[in-house]
Amino acid sequence: MIAFQNVTKAYNGTAALEDVTFKIMPQEFVSVVGRSGAGKSTIIKLLIGEERPNKGRVIFGSYEVNRLNHKELPYLRRHIGVVFQDFRLLPMKNVYENTAFALEVAGRQQIEIEELVPEILDMVGLRDKAKNFPHELSGGEKQRVAIARAMINRPEVIVADEPTGNLDPINTWEIIKLLHKINELGTTIVLATHAKDIVNHIGKRVITLENGRVIRDEEKGKYLLV
Amino acid sequence: MVTSLYRIVKRGLINFWRNGWLSAATIAVMILALLVFEGLIIFKVMTEAALGAIQEKIDISVYFKTTAPEDEILRVKTSLESLVEVRKVEYVSRDKALELFSERHKDDPTISEAIGELEENPLSASLNVKAYDPKQYAIIASYLNNESLTVIVDKVTYFQNQIVIDRLTAMIDAAERGGFFLTVFLSIIAGLVVFNTVRLAIYTNREEINIMRLVGASNKFIRGPYVVEGILYGLIAAFFAVTISFPLVYAASPYVEVLIPGMNLYGYFLSNLPSLLVYLIIFGILLAVISSAISIRKYLRA
Repeated sequence: MIAFQNVTKAYNGTAALEDVTFKIMPQEFVSVVGRSGAGKSTIIKLLIGEERPNKGRVIFGSYEVNRLNHKELPYLRRHIGVVFQDFRLLPMKNVYENTAFALEVAGRQQIEIEELVPEILDMVGLRDKAKNFPHELSGGEKQRVAIARAMINRPEVIVADEPTGNLDPINTWEIIKLLHKINELGTTIVLATHAKDIVNHIGKRVITLENGRVIRDEEKGKYLLV
Repeated sequence: MVTSLYRIVKRGLINFWRNGWLSAATIAVMILALLVFEGLIIFKVMTEAALGAIQEKIDISVYFKTTAPEDEILRVKTSLESLVEVRKVEYVSRDKALELFSERHKDDPTISEAIGELEENPLSASLNVKAYDPKQYAIIASYLNNESLTVIVDKVTYFQNQIVIDRLTAMIDAAERGGFFLTVFLSIIAGLVVFNTVRLAIYTNREEINIMRLVGASNKFIRGPYVVEGILYGLIAAFFAVTISFPLVYAASPYVEVLIPGMNLYGYFLSNLPSLLVYLIIFGILLAVISSAISIRKYLRA
């Protein structure tokens, strides 16, 4: 379970989030929507411990994220798969190595890695590109590698920060379908986006942010422009 | 643990290979730094040899009156040898002094003839005293200036050569101090250049380091491959530095021998090659590994 309890975060005195409170239950698919600067990315940064709140608590399972130190953060992050708009693949590693990296850092055995990586690359449709480097891939392919890397550790949650922001419509829908499929397999998905069509098509829970505050939180919600 | 170590080493080797140009540039800078370091070692040896040669030339002689009995002179010799400042005392008897004098002037018929006409040996017996440190000649000279010895001692050359000895002593001191500061200064510069190069190499990887952290890599797992790369930089640069210096030392050796007689630089280089290589490897690896570890710290805090 993920819980934000009265979370406030400010950058240089400017509030990015103000008194934000919500809970996300296991296996939910939640879209966090809002305009640029509404605080979507801040929520994700707080969840993975990239930032600390000025006030309030951020809970993930048994972790109180806002209290974790630098040494404890890697253990938290192995439970959360993260997908970014700019893919954030390791440029000097090929598709196979990028995907295997998440397993290596978790200390998984080589034999497991050899078994799991081809499986997951099959799932995202990139088995034949295993030896390609990121600069040899299209945007959609890069994002699929990022998703493969995010889910290979079978994390409880995948958070995706504008995962379709750099993609064309066809690839966008491919990625959304993939996230859907992962959610159906039992993984919680937190999708931060400002793509209205996508959110409305998904038809699941929507948390709407405006100026750092939660203004709407609805099951089977819609992204209503304000 | 073993798996983790294996992965760290493997990733270090792969990164080293894939970042080919960056690795080559870093090694090139390290070779220059190690050549400076190696040059400083050789410079120190040369300075020591040169200063040693000068020191060897400095001594003081005690000339005894011709009437001084030999056993008295030998007693003075023994007492001088018991001084902690004294390295060596050489006794030249009156006969030996005459023999040396005749040998030195054998090509000068006038002097040879004059010596032949002498009924008595006019030369004094002497003691040549060498100290461990040129600064200690003053102490030895004052010891010889003792009143109890004035009966047998004619003169002590220190008082004639005091200015020259003091000047040479000051020069040796200045050269040693200058050499030390030069070594420290150049070592720091070489170290900073390497540090900056490694820092830049890691700076270019900052985004990659950040991604690794977001994926859940521990600091040890991120830092490890950079340390492995650092070790490789140090090793390869040390081997190249020694290889490059081979012809340089070979070419410079004859000139050094002219400057410092008895100094065989190439011979020294060859006989000390293993230890020189070990020094360079240790210096290179330490420099690269410490630079990597310090440079990466700031990117591991995020």
